[in-house]
Amino acid sequence: MSMPYYVGPEQMMKDKAEFAQKGIARGRSLIAVVAVDGIVLVAENPSRSLHKVSEIYDRIAFGGVGKYNEYDQLRVAGVRQADMKGLAYSREDVDAQSLANAYAQYVGSVFANEHMKPLEVELVVAELGAAHRQTQLYHVGYEGTITDRHDFAVLGGESSQIADRMLESYDATNGLDQALRGAVAALSGPDRSLSHEELEVAFLSATNGRRCFARVTGGALEALLSEQN
Amino acid sequence: MGLPLFPVTEDPGSNFLSLLAKSGAELPKFSSRDDLPHRHGTTVVSIKYDGGVIMAGDRRATAGHSIANRAVEKVYPADRHSAIAIAGSAALAMEMVALFQVQLEHYEKVEGVSISLEGKANQLSQMVRANMPLAMQSFIVLPLFCGYDLARGVGRIFDFDALGGRYEETDFACVGSGAVHAKATLKAGFRPSLSESTAIDLVVASLYDAADEDTATGGPDPLRGIYPIVAAVDVNGYRTISESDVVARFESVIADRQAQREVKS
Repeated sequence: MSMPYYVGPEQMMKDKAEFAQKGIARGRSLIAVVAVDGIVLVAENPSRSLHKVSEIYDRIAFGGVGKYNEYDQLRVAGVRQADMKGLAYSREDVDAQSLANAYAQYVGSVFANEHMKPLEVELVVAELGAAHRQTQLYHVGYEGTITDRHDFAVLGGESSQIADRMLESYDATNGLDQALRGAVAALSGPDRSLSHEELEVAFLSATNGRRCFARVTGGALEALLSEQN
Repeated sequence: MGLPLFPVTEDPGSNFLSLLAKSGAELPKFSSRDDLPHRHGTTVVSIKYDGGVIMAGDRRATAGHSIANRAVEKVYPADRHSAIAIAGSAALAMEMVALFQVQLEHYEKVEGVSISLEGKANQLSQMVRANMPLAMQSFIVLPLFCGYDLARGVGRIFDFDALGGRYEETDFACVGSGAVHAKATLKAGFRPSLSESTAIDLVVASLYDAADEDTATGGPDPLRGIYPIVAAVDVNGYRTISESDVVARFESVIADRQAQREVKS
């Protein structure tokens, strides 16, 4: 009879974290930035149909990095939760916090489960404030940690370097357009520049009507990026 | 609420109604006596014009022979490029509208693209069909659906029967107790490629005539400032016609009718 190898819990968690980090670092990064008149979500993503940034509900957007099939499954679950909640209660009762908590619970439970591999994802749930609610970004990590931010959140591989660059240009009084250009500069870094075809961009803005989420693509995005701050 | 995740083979995909069923959140199916007092909504009409469709409905809800509410809304945006109006049992109709709106938006968010206009009409037909057991007990819901078909570049109108049958109309459609009277007016005035303004005038006149003949249809109510709701759907999407515009058009219909009554000397 063969005996299983004993692996201490600390070592096991370390191995799992390393596995998840490696998986996430293989993909490209994403930034969500709060501007005075909305929220910008921008990701390095050459695909036009496999989205990293998506609409969840009237004032809530989703961003995910890492393994596409894993974060897309979570995105769909988020749309479901929001639509069911909005129908059962009221549209204004759908909030980002409960969704971010549900994500954190799920991602955390998978990470802790000894029979499952950890999810190789990082998520952000962005909510545009309303009369009774603040503008918030919830950042959910691969091990189920959750942090709330009021300025910006960086997800993915070289997140600490990108966050350092983002911090330099970040200004809470920036409008959506300026915040977008700052985020793109932080994503690309000093040694390269990203064209509009390599980026996926969406705004959460109250000017879009009830459904605040709108993608910015093609010529409109090219024009926005070419302006000067 | 936990995350609604399902095993791959049991996943409801982008269908919101089957998601509700799988989550155990399905709306209760009940059977009841057919004399249970309930509210009824009445006349709604739709007509094509050059570049889009108009949808309009009166504001009255009745319970038996009484007026239950004078300011009910029966015309709603279904999504950006379509409109739904309802006649029949008010409670079930409003629930159907709410579910239909969520279903269209849910699909669009999950799949990243909208359902085709015909696909939307088919969805609605399934919802009417699902209501058939209640329709047999007189709790009937008959929607009217119209929209701008972005793929074909035309406005289209669909009406339904109680079994969920879906019928596309070429020119105009009316549903509800005053429909027969509204239809007579629309039929007399319809021409292919009407302008938007003429189509609105015609719809307003048809609702005036329906209210004139049918007790369950509400006419313009200047005392309380309640007027039928009129909406247009074109390539730019759904928009409600302003109340002041609708009021002015009712005034001109009434002036026309008065002129017709004056004895020629």
